[in-house]
Amino acid sequence: MKPRYIGWAVGIAALIALPFVYREPYHLHLLVLILIWSFAYTSWSIMGRFGLVSLGHGGFMGVGAYVTALLWNHLGISPWIGIPLSMATAGALALVVAYPCFRFRITGHYFVLVTLALSGIVLQVITATRDYTGGSLGYTPNRTRGSGWLALQFDDKTTWYLIALLVWLLGLLIWRWIDRSMSRHAMEAISEDEDAAAAVGVNVTAQKLKITLISALMTALAGALYCQYQMFISPDTVSGIAVSLQMVFAVIVGGVYVSLGPTVGAIITILLAEILRIGFGTRAVGWDNLVYGVLLVLFIIFLPKGILGSVIEKLKTQRKMPQRS
Amino acid sequence: MQAFLDIFDIYLLEAVVNGILLGGVLALLALGLNLIFGVIDVTWICYAELVMIGMYGMYYLVQVFHLPYWAAAPLVILLVALLGAALHYLVIAPLLTAPPINQLLATGGVLFILQSFATVAFGIDFRNLGIRLPVLVLGEMNFSYARLLSFAAALIGMVSVYLFMTRTFTGTAIRAIAQDRQIMALMGVDTKRIYLITSALGGALAGLAACLLVLQYDVHPFVGLSFGPITFLICVLGGLGNFIGGFIAAFVFAEIISLGGLFSDLEWGYVLAFAFFIVMMFIRPAGLLARRR
Repeated sequence: MKPRYIGWAVGIAALIALPFVYREPYHLHLLVLILIWSFAYTSWSIMGRFGLVSLGHGGFMGVGAYVTALLWNHLGISPWIGIPLSMATAGALALVVAYPCFRFRITGHYFVLVTLALSGIVLQVITATRDYTGGSLGYTPNRTRGSGWLALQFDDKTTWYLIALLVWLLGLLIWRWIDRSMSRHAMEAISEDEDAAAAVGVNVTAQKLKITLISALMTALAGALYCQYQMFISPDTVSGIAVSLQMVFAVIVGGVYVSLGPTVGAIITILLAEILRIGFGTRAVGWDNLVYGVLLVLFIIFLPKGILGSVIEKLKTQRKMPQRS
Repeated sequence: MQAFLDIFDIYLLEAVVNGILLGGVLALLALGLNLIFGVIDVTWICYAELVMIGMYGMYYLVQVFHLPYWAAAPLVILLVALLGAALHYLVIAPLLTAPPINQLLATGGVLFILQSFATVAFGIDFRNLGIRLPVLVLGEMNFSYARLLSFAAALIGMVSVYLFMTRTFTGTAIRAIAQDRQIMALMGVDTKRIYLITSALGGALAGLAACLLVLQYDVHPFVGLSFGPITFLICVLGGLGNFIGGFIAAFVFAEIISLGGLFSDLEWGYVLAFAFFIVMMFIRPAGLLARRR
């Protein structure tokens, strides 16, 4: 076994053991949030790393959260069925929007604007159907009287921590699977030059659709999990442009091109928001986003590879230097 | 015949006319965004937020400093123009050689900054000018003067931009740069200066739109989100950088929103507009006026 794998195994074992040793509820709550959002950010970076910048992920997350909650409350369908259904809905939405985009070569600015509009529209639909979704006041899944497992509702933070950890690891595995697959090479060729990629036999539309679909399904799952854990969702916290931009921001801060980049981004952004919240109390309303915005602009100008990406790059060049001399 | 009259009732006509009036302001917004895109090749995601800042500017000048509306409007247009130039100078200029996506995301950061700045500085209360313009009654139809005024001012704004672009040296230089970025620098045109002027012009159009929108809508920090996405859809539907396409698309969208709002909630008008947009992408992916290859 390579030392790298041992490092991963020890790290994962430590993360699994953590809630059994350390039980401070507030810190566990923060960890669960970090894990769920890391998963969402990882799913964005699966597309984002190939230059497919989507601002529609707020929409997919909203679909994941709301469809699961609506099915549970109105039809009594367990989240175990509701989550796959909500993921399928988000996937269908992604295909309907993405297919014309990719088929007719809508790239770059156009693609960003179309997806941006998508997340705006999901927000409008949730607000417009306020009779069912509670509109901008938010929505709460009904508390279960029966089994917590059937309703996927747990009061216990440790259970949630383990679920979030499992899903987060799943996200990293998918990231790694794509990183090692032919799709990665195809997508990199596409992001360099679509015509050249098509000329060497890459099915441009199919490859892009595949990546988009995986990313959208994962984002919807993140939304559904967030809903099940927080037991409260509102259009502003799980859908819309602000959430999409929050994803982009966290991923860029952490680093788009490395597997743990989104996780680092999630840790930084969530801790930043919590510190501001505790430090300033209710006066912090707006300040966290102000800091986010300034940091986002500064990072894009001065450190476009993100914190983790830049650190890893520096380590690699340092390691290579002595060999050359 | 009677059935036809039943469908084509007075409310429908009113909605159609209101749609045209709304289209004027949307066309103004699309023009500003298209101008920036056509010349600098950058999309300002925060464009609607510039309008929001302008609306707050109007609110403070009129309600707090008690300036008359006609005196406050030029000041606000100037303020937002300066803001546009500053945005270009501080954020876009350092990123001109970076991948285009980075510029776009950086303006996304500016969107965050402007929104939360407004939340921190002005609070989240809904505010309005407190000016009530009379309603024009024509037959059985009601039209607010605010909308008529906005429509007229938007048209005047667009015509003056057109004249500026065609009749002045700077305007000609701007159009030339939109056609070929590299060559114009060789022809002795200072591209940096032209970029700054274009950004200021785009900002001024946002300022004008702010002066007009504040007559009809309350201002709050997130007001940009209610017409920002629709402006982007209009620009993409018309073809980014295509002024005439954007103009036509603005009216098409305004009609859809207005007619959709007639039968149901206003939000469904937006949803309908989006559905229409997706269908149009299949039919005319490069914009309404694009030639078929």
